[in-house]
Amino acid sequence: MRPVSLIEGGVSVLDRNDVDTDQIIPKQFLKRVERTGFGEFLFYDWKNEPGWELPVNPILATGRNFGCGSSREHAPWALEDYGFEAVIAPSFADIFYSNCTKIGLLPVVLTEDEVRGLMEAGSASIDLATQKVTWTGGEASFEIDQEIKRRLLEGLDDIGGTLLQQDAIDRYEAGRERQGPVTTFEGNAARPA
Amino acid sequence: MAKTLFDKIWEAHEVAEGILYIDLHLVHEVTSPQAFESLRLEGRRLRRPDRTLATADHNVPTDGSTAAAQIRDQLSRVQVETLERNCAEFGVPIYSIGSRRQGIVHVIGPEMGITQPGMTIVCGDSHTSTHGAFGALAFGIGTSEVEHVLATQTMQQRKPRSMLVRYEGELGYGVTAKDLILATIGQIGVAGGVGHVIEYAGPAIEGLSMEGRMTVCNMTIEAGGRAGMIAPDETTFEWVEGREAAPDPLPLDDWRALRTDEGASYDTEVVVDASDVSPQVTWGTTPAMVVGVTSAVPEPAGEGDERALEYMALEPGTPMSEIRLDRVFIGSCTNSRIGDLREAAELVKGRRVASSVNAMVVPGSQQVKAQAEAEGLDEVFRAAGFDWRSAGCSMCLGMNPDIAAPGERVASTSNRNFEGRQGRGARSHLVSPKMAAAAAIEGHFVDIREWE
Repeated sequence: MRPVSLIEGGVSVLDRNDVDTDQIIPKQFLKRVERTGFGEFLFYDWKNEPGWELPVNPILATGRNFGCGSSREHAPWALEDYGFEAVIAPSFADIFYSNCTKIGLLPVVLTEDEVRGLMEAGSASIDLATQKVTWTGGEASFEIDQEIKRRLLEGLDDIGGTLLQQDAIDRYEAGRERQGPVTTFEGNAARPA
Repeated sequence: MAKTLFDKIWEAHEVAEGILYIDLHLVHEVTSPQAFESLRLEGRRLRRPDRTLATADHNVPTDGSTAAAQIRDQLSRVQVETLERNCAEFGVPIYSIGSRRQGIVHVIGPEMGITQPGMTIVCGDSHTSTHGAFGALAFGIGTSEVEHVLATQTMQQRKPRSMLVRYEGELGYGVTAKDLILATIGQIGVAGGVGHVIEYAGPAIEGLSMEGRMTVCNMTIEAGGRAGMIAPDETTFEWVEGREAAPDPLPLDDWRALRTDEGASYDTEVVVDASDVSPQVTWGTTPAMVVGVTSAVPEPAGEGDERALEYMALEPGTPMSEIRLDRVFIGSCTNSRIGDLREAAELVKGRRVASSVNAMVVPGSQQVKAQAEAEGLDEVFRAAGFDWRSAGCSMCLGMNPDIAAPGERVASTSNRNFEGRQGRGARSHLVSPKMAAAAAIEGHFVDIREWE
């Protein structure tokens, strides 16, 4: 993951609430086994609607509960591959928000009025370090979990971080783990039954 | 201090601040290939194959194919073959296409007794909340998190807030778990549970079978909830006992302690009047756009509603019972278990599917299919004109060939009525298995309380 710091530039507007991940990347494109190349399928069904316009910009501004529905990480992959570096909305679905932070696509929660102001301004600047968004005619602060912020700023791999706690995991397994194998009840791991 | 069921399971699994131990990791073909590939590239091992279980469900054709090589869609075939190869390489038990235990990941875990009270369970699928029906804490996760769990058997997670949905009163005649959860989502909205783990409680919940409880917990994500759970009780223990992966004897003292203490508090509490719930039908493009079958399509309350009505080609004021259907789908991780099929079969027995309707039943697992066939349910469905299929996710999301055509209107027992979910341009109405069965016979929705 590359580090996230200052994100500046144009704002693309998708003024809809409850945009679900089936719209962001429809199911027929989930069959790939790679992580890349999803951008061309972003909003695949919506992009043929008359009046649809979603220019490639660093920032996407959108409505409430963005990214609801399935857990597919293909949704943030597609947004990032399309060119977005940050998504700003009044609220996000939980799994989508978490998935964004894992790949370095910055999710920013602002109030409805702030999002509206930024949509009208057409461009903005997001400073993760100071947790501030500025646009012509306004500015706002946003909240973010400090651990997530640190990882994003440094571009850190989650797994590497957790593996530093390997001793704690070992101790947990030695002491508190549930007894007995769970999935290998037949004793035939790795052999299709 | 008094604790909730959620607090107790959370605390028992906290390895360190923000790191939660995972007892069971379920894996399927769609959200795992990139995770296995990263493990390989980083040279990391899979920490606990004995706490990991894989199956193929999203992509599999339901035509009775018994090997990945028989899958005609090349991309689907590659995805299933990739899963099989990854599991062999990393030592993960797998029940792939052709296995007698293959099926939808959220159906096979409980049916083998692998899903147990008090566990933490994750899967790269948002409907993982299903397993909360057993008093487990079960999260849907993305592919990066799948990789994290494969490598560390833990997930990084801040503790979500807690919510109690308390049902007052009992369910009326002909009203099912599906109607209860649809009405709940209608009441709290598609973002009503965001940031929360929801515990469902009350006499209406206690009166449900395990299958009904799974239906309720399954759709927690449609209200935005992080997880859904129900305290285990005698119904739970009876269901788990004797299943092939269940402990023998059951650790009942531990499991009976998995209840919210008297006086424990939740961050949010919601009361739903269960006795007021009628058979539900969705009219729009989110599961919260729902009304009772005796109601009419509502007036739009905003741009989102207008857009939904246009997509669904519905006029406000149209009685729900006058909506005519092209297809009926009975299946999905929400409603494809043996109890669901029995309920539907009872209603279609001796009747015929309307000539204008194409109806299909897709059992949730090969074991459900075998059980249904042993009971003769397949014959009941076939005689009525239903297509009887093999196990998989099927038309819930149409990643396999089971797809509705543009403009077709579907009565579906699945969980999402999003635009294009069941096929580009297809119009989905979510209902219970009973409602779907009756709609297949009549060609339009009916109030099953009067119809029976």
